[in-house]
Amino acid sequence: MTPMPGLLTITHLTLKETVRRRVLLAALVCGLAFLVLFSLGFRMIQHENHGQGAMQVIERHMFLSFVTLAGLYAVNFLTLMTAALVPVDTLSGEIGSGVMQTLASKPIRRTEILLGKWLGHWIVVVGYFAFMAGGVLLVTRWLGGFTPPNLRLGLPLMLLEATIFLTLSIAGGTRFSTVTNAVTVVGLYGLAFIGSWMEQIGTMASNDAARYVGTVASLIIPSEAMWQLAAHHMQPPIMRDLGVTPFSPVSVPSGAMVAWAGGYVVVVLLAAVRTFRRRPL
Amino acid sequence: MPDAVVETSGLRKQFGSKRAVDDLSLSVRAGEVFGFLGPNGAGKTTSLKMLLGLIEPTAGGGRVLGAPLGNRQARARLGFLPEHFRFQDWLTGREMLSFHGRLHGIPRARLEARIETLLARVDLLDAAGQKLREYSKGMLQRIGLAQALLNEPALVFLDEPTSGLDPIGRLLVRDIICELRERGTAVFLNSHLLGEVEATCDRVVFVKQGRTVHELSLAEAPATMEVELKLGECGADTLAALARLGRDLKRVNGVVWLSIEGEHVLPEIARLLVARGVPLYGMRAARKSLETWFLEVMGEDQRPG
Repeated sequence: MTPMPGLLTITHLTLKETVRRRVLLAALVCGLAFLVLFSLGFRMIQHENHGQGAMQVIERHMFLSFVTLAGLYAVNFLTLMTAALVPVDTLSGEIGSGVMQTLASKPIRRTEILLGKWLGHWIVVVGYFAFMAGGVLLVTRWLGGFTPPNLRLGLPLMLLEATIFLTLSIAGGTRFSTVTNAVTVVGLYGLAFIGSWMEQIGTMASNDAARYVGTVASLIIPSEAMWQLAAHHMQPPIMRDLGVTPFSPVSVPSGAMVAWAGGYVVVVLLAAVRTFRRRPL
Repeated sequence: MPDAVVETSGLRKQFGSKRAVDDLSLSVRAGEVFGFLGPNGAGKTTSLKMLLGLIEPTAGGGRVLGAPLGNRQARARLGFLPEHFRFQDWLTGREMLSFHGRLHGIPRARLEARIETLLARVDLLDAAGQKLREYSKGMLQRIGLAQALLNEPALVFLDEPTSGLDPIGRLLVRDIICELRERGTAVFLNSHLLGEVEATCDRVVFVKQGRTVHELSLAEAPATMEVELKLGECGADTLAALARLGRDLKRVNGVVWLSIEGEHVLPEIARLLVARGVPLYGMRAARKSLETWFLEVMGEDQRPG
């Protein structure tokens, strides 16, 4: 494969842009506010539920698991929005303003421009996710002495979900205007969310039609299925079996769905490269 | 043409039902300053984008620096200043040049020296540390010109390079174009300022509705002149005699305009008027301007843009 020196130059510029335009700062400040609020709430609730006895220890464990998953669910949502919205104008904005004309007339492949931007934003998303998820897990560890199980499985699945939205946002920018792209990506999030819940409710109510619609929605946009699987892994077996929280999926996505999601990212990225290479600038 | 840096044949671009460029065939020689002229919507910018590989032609083809349109190796030897130069306005002028230089793969030490030279040349050394968002339109054009010259290109495309510049800035651009010509760099100039084109270009082509309609070598342009005569009482037979000495005779309020083949016709005009006893209050002759050429080629309904 021919080396792509331009890719790293574009990645470097993308990282510099998120710092200079204070996008990262704004995300981190809001994230910090969330973590402070979460830790205060966690501390207060945990203080009131600090019980004794075997039953109460189990209840406390379940409670800590629920609150931690609630925190991670919020982190998941914030990371998705960051992944979807931060790069939403990175291509469409530069194409619209004419910046891209100067860039694309240089001896650099358009593939390098697109992949460089994707990589730069992915690094930002990984950093943001590490900060937020790490913050929630540190709070629950320090204040409650609790760490969810199977983080090695759950956290990468959450990151894969964010990667799906990042890739969709970049891909949308090769074809749509910034506003259209933002509306489309947020709409896809809604589709994934509703589709996943329809699948869960369909399974619970033994309604094949609802389950089928939900499965199709998950295939179209497999992001929410990644959260469902991550939540399944990151809670104690007793909570999974009892299904007492909204984070206990009735229909657990399979490993094939993870492979589908991974392939989905690759295919969407390749389609984006193809569109961008043919796009008149 | 063996020394052509740009050659196109039947280049066409269709956007839906609109044909932006239609059968464009042109050739630009190495080391020449080439003017690309036409009214608004003539397809100049679309043509330029096809030459740079920014858009794909619908039909036809061409070569730039001996390579097919859009070739990456050829782009390494090109410079380009778009009409409305924009860049990430959160970068400083020096950072922007450094970024573009890295895209060209210029080694760091050479790039730093080149940046300093160009900043001095476009008179922006003092503003090099300022963010681009703080630059005036003229400063942006000048820093844009510097980025187009970073790689010491063999061919530079300049799309309205003096747009937004004050007279001193325009002079600077004109000087840089002359320096490029002296160094053997070809310049493809798209400008609506015909005076500027006239002062810098060796050759121009006129495009209308996406087609090349006329080509003119300014150095070898015919010595056609425009004569303005302020006359007293003058009969129709005298005007008819004058018209035979040139063409396109017009008379408005006692002032007569006439196009003639060259200076040698002027004494004939004077002799004719004296012989017929027509009072002559003034006589002014000037070489035909590019603007006049433009209006003649395009038709009176068109204006450059």
